[in-house]
Amino acid sequence: MSEGTISVKLKVWRQKNGQESGHFEDYQMDDVSTSSSFLEMLDLLNEKLIDEDKDPVAFDHDCREGICGMCSLTINGIPHGKNALQTTCQLHMRSFQDGDTITIEPFRAHPFPVIRDLAVDRTSFERIMQSGGYVTQRIGAAQDANALPIGKEVADRAMDAAACIGCGACVAVCPNASAMLFTSAKMTQLNMLPQGRPEKDRRSLNMVAQMDAEGFGNCTNIGECSAACPKGISMDFIAMMNRDYAVARVKSFFGAA
Amino acid sequence: MSSLVKKYLMALTGFVLVGFVCGHMLGNLQMFLHPDWINEYAYKLQHLPYGLLWVVRLVLLITVIVHVVVAVQLVLENRRARGGENYAAKAKLQATFASKTMRYTGLVLLAFIIFHILHFTVQSVHPEFKELHTEITGTGTLWHVYDHLKPMGHTNQHDVYAMVGIGFSPHFWYVPAFYIFSMALLCMHLTHGVASMFQSLGLRNSVWTPRLRKLALVIGWVVFLGFSSLPVAGLLQAFPHQDHIQAQYEHTFDGGAAHSDAAAHNH
Repeated sequence: MSEGTISVKLKVWRQKNGQESGHFEDYQMDDVSTSSSFLEMLDLLNEKLIDEDKDPVAFDHDCREGICGMCSLTINGIPHGKNALQTTCQLHMRSFQDGDTITIEPFRAHPFPVIRDLAVDRTSFERIMQSGGYVTQRIGAAQDANALPIGKEVADRAMDAAACIGCGACVAVCPNASAMLFTSAKMTQLNMLPQGRPEKDRRSLNMVAQMDAEGFGNCTNIGECSAACPKGISMDFIAMMNRDYAVARVKSFFGAA
Repeated sequence: MSSLVKKYLMALTGFVLVGFVCGHMLGNLQMFLHPDWINEYAYKLQHLPYGLLWVVRLVLLITVIVHVVVAVQLVLENRRARGGENYAAKAKLQATFASKTMRYTGLVLLAFIIFHILHFTVQSVHPEFKELHTEITGTGTLWHVYDHLKPMGHTNQHDVYAMVGIGFSPHFWYVPAFYIFSMALLCMHLTHGVASMFQSLGLRNSVWTPRLRKLALVIGWVVFLGFSSLPVAGLLQAFPHQDHIQAQYEHTFDGGAAHSDAAAHNH
């Protein structure tokens, strides 16, 4: 791929903290290598700002290889940018044209309050995980793996759900700020496996209750979440969650869950 | 009530309403047969045993109320969840227009349902509709209503055929126009809603998703074409017994107009 440089204009959301209201600020970035990643470009911006004795732009990042779920950013209205199946850290400047104006906003949603600039507080996801996104394990020697047969199809499907990195793009893109794609992936990856089955009903009830308590919206089945998801999590898992929750509610109504 | 219970309620009430809509459409299509068909059908519905008519009406009323109230709750919750600050840049990835406008199409349809009931059920839009009566001659004998009425000498019954024909006639062109518009919105509402209800109830996977989308599209269009055929035929005066409608119009509406003209002249 040919190496080159481009100039872009950035429109960046700046917000001191959750209490104060934010605004956009414009920055001109010249001679940006098309081989640099989007986050490297923001690193350059921050170096420039520090040189000018200004506040650097706060943004979340960690592994920078698309697996930790820490990076966020809504780029030109799309969480993680326009490229499908990519996180922001995997987005490179070659995806932009010389002279482009790039609008960078945080992942917006009521349960994702802004901490500063582009960094948002996603601990609401952690609390959903704590409410049931786990299996209870006995300590001691692990049993023989082959003693617990799991069909290939089931294992694959559970792995597809487990691919969720919990970044929150689904919430950010959803017109209802619904967390059902995240919650369903985290719930059904365990519900469909034998290890998760003993706590299935309890998990289904508790995770939905926590999701509601955090103030996330309700799914209207429009599918933007799945389209924006860097891991391509399918809406099938939302249907599975709906089914598991309905069964759990009926069982709990009759005192059987 | 949890978020998912609300979604189940939307899906289940939606399912009942889609079923009603399909049945209602089939009943309506009798307008393209002899007037006896729809008139006898109407008589049969109005005289269901054990007060079943009111049972059905009550069930439908509760269904609509639940569908609307839960929808309003969901919309308010979703608005709150979205938060105060909106995105400055907005992009659409793949959502259909129908899926993003459910609340608006639903609102217009609610207004339509109220008008429709005032129009043809309460008949307060055109009180003259109450005066429309005609002889049932036993042509549409699906339920043997004629055989039942004949010995009692009660074959002179409400003329639903003429009521619909007049209601959709070019004299009141804005009424059939509103009906056609509303049915187009209903088509949109259903193309998302019918597929969506299976998702909400957890009865969908990647194999069934394309099938359910097609099913929703087919139901939406069949309902649109089936219902719209009536106001279109009314506007074009193309019902098979248009002369009967015309005669009833002149008898009930023009006659009434002549009376009031005469009254005005007397002053």
